[in-house]
Amino acid sequence: MTDHILEAHDLENHEALIPPSNWFERSETLQKLRKNKKFPTIWCAGCGLGVVMGALIRAIDHLGLKNDDVALVAGIGCTARMPVYMDFNTLHTTHGRALAFATGLKIARPGMKVIAIMGDGDALAIGGNHFIHAARRNIGITALVVNNSIYGMTGGQYSPTTPLGKVATTAPYGNVEPPFPICELAMAAGATYVARSTVYHALELDKFLTEAIAQDGFSVVEAVSYCHTTYGRLNRLGTAADMMRALKDNSIAKSAYDKLSPDEQHANTKIVRGVLHQNNTRMEYTRMYEQQILTRVQSV
Amino acid sequence: MTIRLMQGNEAIALGAIAAGCRFYAGYPITPSTEVAEVMARELPKYGGKFIQMEDEIASMAAIIGGRVGGLKSMTATSGPGFSLMQENIGYAAITEIPCVVVDVQRLGPSTGQPTAASQGDVMQARWGTHGDHPIIALAPISVRQAFDLTVKAFDFSERYRTPVILLTDEIIGHMREPVELPDFSTIKIYEHKVEEKPEEYKAFRNTEDGVPPLVPFGEGYRYHITGLLHDEVGFPTQRLDEIDPWLERVNGKLEKHIDEITLVEEDYQDGARVAVLSYGCSARTARHAVKVARAQGKKVNLLTLLTIWPFPEKQVEALGEKVDKIIVPEMNLGQLAYEVERVVGRKKVVRVTRANGEMVTPQMVLEKMED
Ligand SMILES: Cc1ncc(C[n+]2csc(CCOP(=O)(O)OP(=O)(O)O)c2C)c(N)n1
Ligand code: SF4
Ligand SMILES: [Mg+2]
Repeated sequence: MTDHILEAHDLENHEALIPPSNWFERSETLQKLRKNKKFPTIWCAGCGLGVVMGALIRAIDHLGLKNDDVALVAGIGCTARMPVYMDFNTLHTTHGRALAFATGLKIARPGMKVIAIMGDGDALAIGGNHFIHAARRNIGITALVVNNSIYGMTGGQYSPTTPLGKVATTAPYGNVEPPFPICELAMAAGATYVARSTVYHALELDKFLTEAIAQDGFSVVEAVSYCHTTYGRLNRLGTAADMMRALKDNSIAKSAYDKLSPDEQHANTKIVRGVLHQNNTRMEYTRMYEQQILTRVQSV
Repeated sequence: MTIRLMQGNEAIALGAIAAGCRFYAGYPITPSTEVAEVMARELPKYGGKFIQMEDEIASMAAIIGGRVGGLKSMTATSGPGFSLMQENIGYAAITEIPCVVVDVQRLGPSTGQPTAASQGDVMQARWGTHGDHPIIALAPISVRQAFDLTVKAFDFSERYRTPVILLTDEIIGHMREPVELPDFSTIKIYEHKVEEKPEEYKAFRNTEDGVPPLVPFGEGYRYHITGLLHDEVGFPTQRLDEIDPWLERVNGKLEKHIDEITLVEEDYQDGARVAVLSYGCSARTARHAVKVARAQGKKVNLLTLLTIWPFPEKQVEALGEKVDKIIVPEMNLGQLAYEVERVVGRKKVVRVTRANGEMVTPQMVLEKMED
């Protein structure tokens, strides 16, 4: 069974956390999904967002966190609707501002696991400034960015991650703006855990999210997804299943990528999946504030 | 207690701390920066936390997040930053998260004249964010009152679960006056009390007083907060039978407590047929003009509005019934005068406006008493 799953996911054995077969029944977290109140979701049938939500729940479950100690903070978009379905402390904010709200919440509740859930537009266009500054501060928030290369919720306008040449409703002749590499941007800005996978590689997402949430500082997981309804249709990329399969075919594990020659790496156009960066030496922001300021200032 | 020479901005920061504010997020801007500087220095002494955010949009978001986490929170800014905060002020209004936003007004629009005073954000404070929403705005006229109204701002924001704007100006913010502050431990702020068990908790339910109690995140009451129209438990809804009562409660809750929220100073003389009505820095001009007029033997009423939003309709209407003429000096092109005209009719209102960074002078007000 395990081998079968690993093979299907094109994963290396050590890379995956295999959930036990009865994980659904066992999972306190899952049992507390707001299933009676909120389901079905607003998402299109076949959307990759459900896979990301599953991975997030399994990661939180795996860490054994209490639902009370977790806050999900989201901006606006299809991705940002995710928190409403899950029984945590859930804050659905304004477009682009999830990390800024999350910063205030984390400062007020440093013991809480704060996870910001954002689309590519939410995190990198309107929220780009907050993204780099949260990374720079290394505040203990996990940024889960679902990258579907498009503004899904508003119907398929180009985003800061739309590839060059691709069509969007606001790029009818093809996009002429180069995309942001989300993970590289996060690394350059100071994030202390950065990983990328795809919604095809669900178990890998489980693992990366588990590690990201466990990380003390600012962590980023880019979950590459697809939007068959807008981007897929505009660019004739087939069904949701076709787009899912394309994520398998067009991605490469970092371990395999690292074995390529420099020329081959240079020529690579596939999505590199893996933990791209981890730094455990930088102190997390709220700890720093506590140690450098609160404990040093004479209280009145 | 000792008497200290203090700036309005410093009094605001200390008022916030006295009121229990333990989180400040802001972005520097003249003429409000001293509020941030005092908070950065003083808050940690009280175990509070300060952060300088990347912009005012983030500052506003962060203080809402901080209050969701249970810390009483404040930000301070001036015109350009206040404009940037508007979307999230609306978020705080619709989600009913208490918070205090200080706007030390400067001359606009745009970058305008950063060091010059103005009262040009009166309408922005009321209608700056999109959509109908409740809001409270308080305007102090002295340094000591800046302290007191900041305390009030926190109390109102908690009591009525609404953002409160402390709408002050460069003159009050930068002016120094000797003040004697009360002992902080004597200051009591409204605290939310929740009786329900976590499973029964409804953060947005209909209550008699219109204000359901708020529990911070992390205390076992897991719930959803959204800027979408929502039901009693916070889930988004498009059902009119859920939206309508909610709209009625949220937009009606301040009206239910209007007498407690409305702060005015009425200094009236029997038989006066003329009145001066003002607020903020211009109220100092008004006060001086009235003093001079009275010394000359004239009878004049003086109404000072400390609460400007919700607009004190009852008090202004009553004043309109007493006098033939209401002179409204303000450092803008007549923003609050619009409201006075709405309540007492255009014929009775005489505007005295100045929007070039200079104060309205008592002389300008006195001249209007003559004709
Ligand atoms: C201030 C503001 N500007 C614009 C919008 C409209 N809007 C809603 S969602 C969205 C884009 C969402 O794209 P993304 O963040 O990639 O999320 P997705 O829907 O693709 O998951 C936009 C532009 C808004 N809600 N608020
Ligand atoms: S519009 Fe696209 S991103 Fe949004 S739910 Fe549908 S498929 Fe998913
Ligand atoms: Mg998107």
